[in-house]
Amino acid sequence: MTLTGFVIATVIKILVVLGVISALAGFGTYIERKVLAFMQRRLGPMHVGPYGVLQVAADGIKLFTKEDIVPQNSVKPIFKIAPIIGAATAFIALAAVPLLPEFEIFGVTVHPIIADINVGVLFVLGVMASGLFAPLLAGMASSNKWGLLGAARTAIQLLSYEVVTGLSILAPLMMVGSLSLIDINNYQAGGFTDWIVWSQPVAFILFLIAGFAETNRTPFDLLEHEAEIVAGYATEYSGMRWGMFFIGEYANMITLGFLASLIFLGGFNDWGFIPGALAIILKVSFIFFFFLWTRAAWPHVRPDQLMWLCWKVLMPIAVINVVVTGIVLMM
Amino acid sequence: MSLEQFKDRNVKQNYTFIPVDERPTEPLDKFKQVMKRTFKGELFVGLWVVFREMVRFNIHTVKYPMEKLPISPRYRAVHKLYRLLESGNERCIGCGLCEKICIANCIRMDTRYDENQRKEVTEYTINLGRCIFCGYCAEVCPELAIVHGQRYENASEQRAHFVLRDDILTPLDFLKEGKQQEFDGFGAVSPNADERIKKTPTAY
Repeated sequence: MTLTGFVIATVIKILVVLGVISALAGFGTYIERKVLAFMQRRLGPMHVGPYGVLQVAADGIKLFTKEDIVPQNSVKPIFKIAPIIGAATAFIALAAVPLLPEFEIFGVTVHPIIADINVGVLFVLGVMASGLFAPLLAGMASSNKWGLLGAARTAIQLLSYEVVTGLSILAPLMMVGSLSLIDINNYQAGGFTDWIVWSQPVAFILFLIAGFAETNRTPFDLLEHEAEIVAGYATEYSGMRWGMFFIGEYANMITLGFLASLIFLGGFNDWGFIPGALAIILKVSFIFFFFLWTRAAWPHVRPDQLMWLCWKVLMPIAVINVVVTGIVLMM
Repeated sequence: MSLEQFKDRNVKQNYTFIPVDERPTEPLDKFKQVMKRTFKGELFVGLWVVFREMVRFNIHTVKYPMEKLPISPRYRAVHKLYRLLESGNERCIGCGLCEKICIANCIRMDTRYDENQRKEVTEYTINLGRCIFCGYCAEVCPELAIVHGQRYENASEQRAHFVLRDDILTPLDFLKEGKQQEFDGFGAVSPNADERIKKTPTAY
């Protein structure tokens, strides 16, 4: 492929991913409200459009047209940049994720991955982790005690789960021997029984738990713990600045769904009679649903409980898992 | 929800006592507790419960402005003044019992004799700023002229707007269409009132 063609193809891919994932992130809020409502025997949004489908559009209009408030004593440049970090890192992380299997359109073979780099997993996890700067800076810059508490809890959360994420993903990487997500996917090409989740169930559970913490989802929703601190880091935010944090959060959830499917659940390989593209969409949808499911079912934890869990329980288990995997691989 | 369910006040409180274990102090006991809690599967019970409720789709939402729960017939909301069904005259005979019994002192009426030397009510006001909705006025009224209505959704600039005499009195066209239903709520005669009445000596 010529350089010009490569650039054009990449730009198109970027635009498609940006458009589709941000639309899905918006739609995710609707799905979340509906699923939570049904699980709590309510109806959820019902009035805008049939079954409230147009609620997404109404929310979007509201977010775009709401007054943009920057508090007087805040550190204004940082306050303004923080939501951009949140949304940008979430989308940058998607750059190294193969979203679908290769397919042909108009006689051109399309690789649905923006940048096929050979350190894909590291890149995605690193960028997602740096996304935690968004709530950290937002909370510290907004000159608000709840914001500051939210920022402090961001630091606690980052310290807690980051080690577990890395260690839990280490064991499957040792089996595959590559950091590229496409290689990891191809490793599981043999079908249902080849999925890494069967040989690494502990790593899968640890990765999911750490992923919940990474995306600020409810059991570890310390940053924005409505019950304890008033909206945490996002207290002072309004309008689209607030909306960007949440687009980032939902995009992160989608990214994490892709990561878990690619590394543990067979990725975009064909699954029986289901073609690969549909298979990975089903898997990501299930993990997204699982995020919402746990939000309805499980209680919050306290910051000290999260630290206790991550450092005293999950990290030793992850280390043991890595050691056992190493011993098994050597034999 | 049917009216019978709504009126059933004998709701049993299903409180259950959750036994809380003693906090372990020994490291081994702590480890045992962690293991017990880890493998107990309570989290999955929670997941199953919410999933079951989602699949059952047993929604308890009341779409409020379109759909309303029945309120109890004995509910005491803003007052109403009734008219006689046959003639359309006000039932109120200006006896002043409601004014007298009102413990919040919020009812005030002015009466005078009209040209037929019958008592006529010229002013009738209820101060909703003072009214405690005790229902004594409706209970004491010998003519069933003042009753407590069912109107509970009120919005106005002033509370007085709900109890202007023209508003709480049944409108004449409303009466002609037969829409003034005999009140079975607070202050109404009981359904078996006829059986309970004893004959007075003059009837013998």
